[in-house]
Amino acid sequence: MVAPGWYMALAAALFLVGALGLLIRRNALVMFMCIELMLNAVNLTLVAAGRALNDINGQVAVFFILVVAAAEVVVGLAIIVSIFRLRSTASVDELSEMKG
Amino acid sequence: MLTALVLMPVVAALVVLAVPRKRHEIHLPLGVVLSLAPLGLAAYLFWQFEPVAGMQFVVDVPWYEPWGIGWRLGMDGISMPMVVLTALLVPIALGASTAITKRTREFVVLTLLLEAGMLGAFVATDLFLFFVFFEAMLIPMYFIIGVWGSDRRIYAAFKFFVYTFFGSALMLASIIAMAVIHSSQTGAASFALSDLANLDLTMGAERLLFAAFAIAFAVKVPIFPLHTWLPDAHTEAPTAGSVLLAGVLLKLGTYGLMRFNLTLFPQASVDAVWIMGALAVIGVIYGAVVAIVQPDLKRLVAYSSVSHLGFIVLGIFALTSASLQGAVIQNVNHGLTTGALFLLVGMIYDRRHTKAIAELGGLQKSGPMLAGFFLFMTFASIGLPGLNGFVGEFLVVIGSFPTLPSLAVLAAIGVILAAVYLLWAYQRVFHGIPEGENATFPDLTPREIALLAPLVALVLLIGLYPNILLDRIAPSTEAVLDQVQAVTDYEVPYPGRLVDVFIPGEG
Amino acid sequence: MTDLAIDLLWLVILLPLAGALFLHFVGQRLPEPMAGLLASAAIGLSFLVGLVGAFPFFQGDGEATTILLWSWMPAIGANLELLWDPLSALMTLIVTGVGFLIHVFAIGYMHGDERFGRFFVNLNLFAASMLTLVLAGNYAMLFLGWELVGLCSYLLIGFWFTRDSAAGAAKKAFVVNRIGDFGMMVALMLVFAAFGTLSYAGIFDRAGEVLTTGVATAIGLLFLLAAAGKSAQIPLYVWLPDAMEGPTPVSALIHAATMVTAGVYLVARSAAIFELSPTAQVTVATIGAATALWAASIAIAQYDIKKVLAYSTISQLGYMFMAVGATAYVAGIFHLMTHAFFKALLFLGAGSVIHAMSDEQDMRKMGGLLSKMPVTGVTMGIATLAIAGVPPLAGFWSKDEILGSLFARGGWYGVLWVVGLLTAAMTAFYMTRQWVMVFWGEPRWSEDAHPHESPGMMTLPLIALAALTVVGGFVNTPFRFTLEHFLEPVFEGVSMQHPPEGWGMFALMAGISVFAGLVGLAAAGLAYRRPMEDWAEFEQGLQPVWGWWEQAYRVDDFYNVTVVQPGKKAAEAAAFSVDLPVIDGAVNGVGRLARGIGERVRVLQTGQVRNYAALLFAGAIALVVWLAVTGA
Repeated sequence: MVAPGWYMALAAALFLVGALGLLIRRNALVMFMCIELMLNAVNLTLVAAGRALNDINGQVAVFFILVVAAAEVVVGLAIIVSIFRLRSTASVDELSEMKG
Repeated sequence: MLTALVLMPVVAALVVLAVPRKRHEIHLPLGVVLSLAPLGLAAYLFWQFEPVAGMQFVVDVPWYEPWGIGWRLGMDGISMPMVVLTALLVPIALGASTAITKRTREFVVLTLLLEAGMLGAFVATDLFLFFVFFEAMLIPMYFIIGVWGSDRRIYAAFKFFVYTFFGSALMLASIIAMAVIHSSQTGAASFALSDLANLDLTMGAERLLFAAFAIAFAVKVPIFPLHTWLPDAHTEAPTAGSVLLAGVLLKLGTYGLMRFNLTLFPQASVDAVWIMGALAVIGVIYGAVVAIVQPDLKRLVAYSSVSHLGFIVLGIFALTSASLQGAVIQNVNHGLTTGALFLLVGMIYDRRHTKAIAELGGLQKSGPMLAGFFLFMTFASIGLPGLNGFVGEFLVVIGSFPTLPSLAVLAAIGVILAAVYLLWAYQRVFHGIPEGENATFPDLTPREIALLAPLVALVLLIGLYPNILLDRIAPSTEAVLDQVQAVTDYEVPYPGRLVDVFIPGEG
Repeated sequence: MTDLAIDLLWLVILLPLAGALFLHFVGQRLPEPMAGLLASAAIGLSFLVGLVGAFPFFQGDGEATTILLWSWMPAIGANLELLWDPLSALMTLIVTGVGFLIHVFAIGYMHGDERFGRFFVNLNLFAASMLTLVLAGNYAMLFLGWELVGLCSYLLIGFWFTRDSAAGAAKKAFVVNRIGDFGMMVALMLVFAAFGTLSYAGIFDRAGEVLTTGVATAIGLLFLLAAAGKSAQIPLYVWLPDAMEGPTPVSALIHAATMVTAGVYLVARSAAIFELSPTAQVTVATIGAATALWAASIAIAQYDIKKVLAYSTISQLGYMFMAVGATAYVAGIFHLMTHAFFKALLFLGAGSVIHAMSDEQDMRKMGGLLSKMPVTGVTMGIATLAIAGVPPLAGFWSKDEILGSLFARGGWYGVLWVVGLLTAAMTAFYMTRQWVMVFWGEPRWSEDAHPHESPGMMTLPLIALAALTVVGGFVNTPFRFTLEHFLEPVFEGVSMQHPPEGWGMFALMAGISVFAGLVGLAAAGLAYRRPMEDWAEFEQGLQPVWGWWEQAYRVDDFYNVTVVQPGKKAAEAAAFSVDLPVIDGAVNGVGRLARGIGERVRVLQTGQVRNYAALLFAGAIALVVWLAVTGA
């Protein structure tokens, strides 16, 4: 059995990749993938912690997150696709309609 | 039974919603017909209503038990007249809305939903439920003003919404605070009115909670100086909106003061008698004085509401049998007369497309029937004996004298001023020789007469035989006084209680 | 028969009310005289019911009865109940009797008016309201009638609403009356607070034990304020002259014979309360005397035929107030009755003249009409002599009784007696002046006027009223105090003032007052029977006093400057300088504040998603660092 610390480390690494990607990349689609990466990093942490602490709640929480993430992907992708159709670009730097 | 009463308008709204948008000509008639169903049920409840104290037709179903929230409904002598009034005014308001041509379906649906909210608020005996209904009314009203109003409708709707919301936020906080206090005292949270009335509050807490409730309701009434949303909202709203706003929504404020402030915080109420009474009388006189010079007929009627509702608030806090009965019956009266006046102003507007007093004149010549109805309602509003307004005002003023003599005398000045502003307006609008468009002014149609006739009949009935309501109101208002006297060291002075009153022949 | 009539007493009110309702809904389509005849029949029947019901009182064996109709506002002890006693019976008979004659007259007078039916609706409604007032068994119901007559007065003054002056007069009448009503409401508050009821039965018997002198004075003075509004006394009389804008039968019925006497009735009815307060009594009498003199002086210099009568009415009402203030209640009610006869006659006569002159009201354009309209001229002449106090006409007996009572009471009332005598002389002067200007001297009307005697429908009521004016005074003479005995049960337990005892005193008092009257009569007769240039010169010789009188001391202007204009300014200030900028300004200010804060912080929303992300991470890192440092 692998020690839980390794899982945590992997999750941290994945999270960091996602976070940096979110900050650096401009393409909305890629940024979206980065967010998914971060979410799954968190999922990994929860599963690992749940297993280590022998608590089923960790896995329950993962299921919640998976479901919500799926719904979110549906909505988010739809928005991005329609923006792309409208503007022929997916670069977030060019999209600042919501400026205050 | 009460559940059915509250849900009926919702069902009616769904039915109207099911009619395709293209069939716009049947939305309004359908709405009127469907809204007669709650009226019928309300009339039946009125018939079944026993003239005794306490809640009747009680419904008590748990809703969210861990927090002690329940679907609790009930009706007593204070809410019963308001329920009937609401059920009556909705079909009339809808019937008067033929001028609305855009988005008729949405208009009818929103009005019916508004009715559900109003009825629910009057019969709710659970504070959480009350709050839900109280807020649920805001949204349809916001749209009615904002979509179908006149020129400055967005401003007015926004002001109305934010103002009222500000008050209700305070009230929500207090309601939650009371539930929490209840849970700390008994171990279980509860939002039921009957449970919360028995809370053991410290004086500071009671006053704070009283103030929060009072502000929420004072905005709604409106009590001076929180009244400025009202002229804007009334003036901009379409006729049906003004009628329901003046006829019912404002009454939620006075109803709330009586139902919640007096029952939940008796001690604080007794302590606040002078403050509330003084603000009420300022409202009476101030509203009347400002009304005198209003250039817009609808705005004038709106300010007259500020003045008239001052009487009701005075009656509530004067805490005598006569003044409380007067306050309840005046709630109904104001709904009937001011509702009718707004209808009439709407009818003038439909014909002349102006509400400016200066542009009108001589209408009695060209529209004698309309003038007759207007004059009748004007005198009802002035408080002419024999008509309903007098019964309410007279009971309030005479009844307030034993407890608040100086305020009662000042309030009586409002009676003079009412004659000044209403008759002056009447003279300018209806007397003289009509010129231009005023000369070709068409008189009332049978539909409009049918809308006004029931109001006229009720004005006369309540004016001459108020006992039809007073008999049913009195036990409940007496119970309120009993409770206030039991909890505080307040004693209603002679001859403030019904039992003290000397009736010749009885000794 | 009589018992039945008392049981059916509500018919007295219901008949005219039903008449009004029927005419309102159906009668508009009736041919012209039918509506008037129906209305007259309604009030005539009402008179008969009252007459039969009053029979026991005539026989002296009737008892006051209270008839409960239904409960109204039990929380303040106010029900709809009728009190049937000699006083209310007498008032009922005056209202319905004189009212009937005026209704009949109006059929002729209103001939051809496009709202003929409507007029009779209002007239019948007025009769019902006035009867409610006098038959009420408690103050709340009295107030009901009190306000309803005000409403009818409003409707009838403004009957010709297309005339701005009529519309304004109607509103003025109602608003001024409302000031009086304020007094009434406050008085009723005090009554309720003291007695715990508004019912006469619970008040008058207990007044002595319940009321302190102070409270009684307060109630009395507030009642006086109310009465001053309705009965046109100083300072609230200004609405009555304007009220002449209404059709003349209205002026006769409402503004001479019935409604305006409601204040006198109120004081007489509340005798038990006034009994406790000499201050209130003396105030009532003094206000009455001042009004009598003041209005009489104005009446002298009026040229409008109806204005003379209006000021004369105010003056005569002042007489009645003098009487009831001096606790000579019977004398006051007596004068109320005789005044109803001769003043109604004068107004109807004036109406007949105006009718004949094609709506001309200026007496300077009349003259010499006696030959053209003999019936009107003679009957008006009788009324003029009656009001001037010439024996044995009705006015002599009632006026003499008032003056005698004032004299007998003595003290300050003695001063009022002198004022009363002076007023009597002036009354005789201006009434004679009017009669002579209209009916005597050279004709001054224009070419196209064709004065003619009015039709029988109008002259018959004049003759009937003239007959009443002649014999009406004999109901209460020193030879036979019929009215006194009739009303006695009403004022049981109240001290009442009577004229001095003995024939010698009677002759002296009568001699003095008749002398005063004859002086006025002779002076006016001598001055005005000459051509217009002469008396115009005589009037100019009285300047500047004549000018003050002619312009009614410019009281209207005074009120306009001191009350109306400042009131309007205050209202404008409240509406446009306080409500909009200050109170609503504060509300909008709060709104602007929230918006201003929003303006400042909106720059944080750059719309750049990566900015938000960066901030998010910065925040997360800061949180982690903070947790690590504090070790939480």
